Amino acid sequence: MGSKAAPTIMGALAIAFYSGLGLTAADPHQLNLPEPQSIIAQQIYDQHTMLLWICLAIFIGVFGVMFYSVLKHRKSLEHPAANFHHSTTVEIIWTIIPIFILVAMAYPATKTVIAMKDTSSPDITIKATGYQWKWGYDYLTGEGEGINFLSSLSTPKAQIENAAPKGENYLLEVDNRVVVPVGKKVRVLLTASDVIHAWWVPALGVKQDAIPGFIRDAWFAADRPGTYRGQCAELCGKEHGFMPIVVEAVEPKKYAQWVSEQKTKLAAARMDVNKEFTMDELKVEGEKVYAANCVACHQADGKGISGMFAALDGSKIAVGNRAEHINIVMNGRADTAMAAFKHMSDVQIAAVVTYERNAWGNTAGDLVQPSEINQLRK
Amino acid sequence: MAAVEQDIGHVHEHHPSGLMRWITTTNHKDIGTMYLWFSFAMFLTGGVMALTIRAELFQPGLQIVQPEFFNQLTTMHGLVMVFGAIMPAFVGFANWQIPMMIGAPDMAFARMNNWSFWLLPPAALLLMSSFFVPGGAPAGGWTFYPPLSVQMGIGMDMMIFAIHILGASSIMGSINIITTILNMRAPGMSLMQMPLFVWTWLITAYLLVLVMPVLAGVVTMLLTDRNFGTNFFNAAGGGDPVMFQHIFWFFGHPEVYIMILPSFGIVSEVIPTFARKPLFGYSSMVYATASIAILSCIVWAHHMFTAGMPVTGQLFFMYGTMLIAVPTGVKVFNWTATMWRGSMTFETPMLFSIGFIFLFVIGGFSGVVCAIVPIDVQVQDTYYVIAHFHYVLVSGSLFAIFAGTYYWLPKWTGHMYDETLGKWHFWLSMFFFNLTFFVQHFLGLAGMPRRIPDYALQFADFNMISSIGAFGFGTTQLLFLYVVLKCIRGGAKAPAKPWDGAKTLEWTLPSPAPYHSFETPPVIK
Repeated sequence: MGSKAAPTIMGALAIAFYSGLGLTAADPHQLNLPEPQSIIAQQIYDQHTMLLWICLAIFIGVFGVMFYSVLKHRKSLEHPAANFHHSTTVEIIWTIIPIFILVAMAYPATKTVIAMKDTSSPDITIKATGYQWKWGYDYLTGEGEGINFLSSLSTPKAQIENAAPKGENYLLEVDNRVVVPVGKKVRVLLTASDVIHAWWVPALGVKQDAIPGFIRDAWFAADRPGTYRGQCAELCGKEHGFMPIVVEAVEPKKYAQWVSEQKTKLAAARMDVNKEFTMDELKVEGEKVYAANCVACHQADGKGISGMFAALDGSKIAVGNRAEHINIVMNGRADTAMAAFKHMSDVQIAAVVTYERNAWGNTAGDLVQPSEINQLRK
Repeated sequence: MAAVEQDIGHVHEHHPSGLMRWITTTNHKDIGTMYLWFSFAMFLTGGVMALTIRAELFQPGLQIVQPEFFNQLTTMHGLVMVFGAIMPAFVGFANWQIPMMIGAPDMAFARMNNWSFWLLPPAALLLMSSFFVPGGAPAGGWTFYPPLSVQMGIGMDMMIFAIHILGASSIMGSINIITTILNMRAPGMSLMQMPLFVWTWLITAYLLVLVMPVLAGVVTMLLTDRNFGTNFFNAAGGGDPVMFQHIFWFFGHPEVYIMILPSFGIVSEVIPTFARKPLFGYSSMVYATASIAILSCIVWAHHMFTAGMPVTGQLFFMYGTMLIAVPTGVKVFNWTATMWRGSMTFETPMLFSIGFIFLFVIGGFSGVVCAIVPIDVQVQDTYYVIAHFHYVLVSGSLFAIFAGTYYWLPKWTGHMYDETLGKWHFWLSMFFFNLTFFVQHFLGLAGMPRRIPDYALQFADFNMISSIGAFGFGTTQLLFLYVVLKCIRGGAKAPAKPWDGAKTLEWTLPSPAPYHSFETPPVIK
């Protein structure tokens, strides 16, 4: 027992553990990068595989020698200690050889870096804007120019709070997907409205930080039709884990169809601006907008979180000063987590303000029409 | 004459007793002890936070904590472990060992030494009490990037002041170490005869003096952005949030070497002792340490490959980062050559040192993978990076701290520790560490971002394995506490030199080491 038992038991456990790992990891995608769907992702995948083989060879070489030594050169086997302690030749050899190995790794990587950074002559340009906590997309040039929408998590709160069984794409599903045609070069311009976010779709080999006040860019071209899911990769506050990205690559014909559908929708929304809405219409729409955009901080009961996020229920502004209420929603509040929501449509802003003024214990009784918001934008 | 000698002997051990001894002490051993206990207390604190994180991640869905508190935990876990546990532990080792290893009576600035330690508890208190202020503790990650960190409540300002204080403490500690090493070596000990642990600390201390003021600067800029209307990092006012990242990582990258170079030193003492053979390539070890320190100052932007940078910038930082593999490789080869044809025994310090090399090399490999820009674009800010830096910080720095503790405990306490329990501590730590962190490589590659309180279903199995490992690893550390306490309270009497292969000066002193190390400088042949 004693000092011999510890390594034996732990060794047996380690072997059991690693063989168990082989079983649970039956799905190869779980162990490695996702199957690459673009030329860049493919290069990344191949270089990563190459590096693993090189590392494995070095690992076996170094630890082969070390563990041979550990097994044979021990006092318990009465191995006498040698006394060598220095060899300039050997030092030079094991300084030079790694440099050659590193050059072999750096060469293909350099070519890929140059290719990744070449965002010139895209077929389609999409601007992605990070908000706390959703993504906004504007199709700027190419087929689909003029389309814009917001894309937020569509997983119901009940699933997150374990009140309902979790769906297949739990936390990786959105209300509006980014649709792109297969094989076309898509340039993504990235920025953010509040804090730094990062736009990441692993299968397409794209990750780029979205920085407020600056524009960065990246590109991809999807090889095959499919749905590719990613997540925000830069800590951006409390709902950082809940703002996924879903890109749907489709055949060009289907893309053209999607574009025309979106254009029809946008035209319909534009007409709404001058329509007079009733209180009930606005409240119904406002509740939806509130659930998608405001509930994370201000909470479903409008009470906020003490010390962090202001309560709306009973707030002086939400039942009193109407102009200031609209102003805060549209432009945010400096030095607080309250972001500007100007990017929402006139109808959405009018509806959510109306809802907040007349929900929970709030009974301001007044309503805001989309035409007012439209006027304020001018 | 006899009376006079006895008088001196009396003065020799004279110090206040009880609490006043620890508050007023200027003795390098007392201060070293306090650093080590402080570090262990913070290690447990940061560990409890880590276990809360792992408990939340045991299953998909939100069960135990809410997202905002989860972010506070990840942030504080990082800050507490880096500034509270790992760094003070190494300063504790420096205090105990450097004077004994260079044949000096004490540190050069004994009163400043007291002050550098006693700055730590108030700073830690300030940091920890941020959990109880409105808005809670800082929740922007241990890197606290603006603009997110500008949104935080007063907890962020408390963290900034805590960092100021910790930085002042580190700088004082470093100046003390540099002065001690350069001026107080025993007559005849040239720089190239110093034990490697002393060399690595000398280089580490220079790095600290270089970069801690940079950290102080950047947190001050953040403070004025938050409270006094400046716009260093606010694009709307003409500033640049990315500038924060450049300045932060100009500190941050050397910082990771500050946490690993003294480990290299400890391992370079332990391996020759238990191989009963001199360290292979002493001078190349010194040059490799210096090269790593210099290179560490020109590679900071590899933490920012996805922040957006020109091609030339990305290539420069990629090549620079890859180059660090060369001197690091030299060290591993030298350790292997030291073991080769030795006459090895495997006491706990040797086990932790071999475990260190084995796992640190795995962390080094994943470091090279992260250095390659295209691959980094996939793994940056994922669990792959988490796995990488825990392999170099836990099985790197922390395992070396364990190795050093077991190695020198007989000298510190005068008793031998329980070898059987020490070995159990090693093998359990080894097993649970890998259980926790090896699977995180797979999670990162498969696409799980870091710093998220909830995850997609495909990540469930590995997260559960990782959480089980974390609880095992955490519990194992209580065994370490037990072994240390047992050793302090009693055990077999330790001879002056309990390890027959040990060569350095501290082993010429009796065990436990006298209150003042060398009143008469030893003679160096």
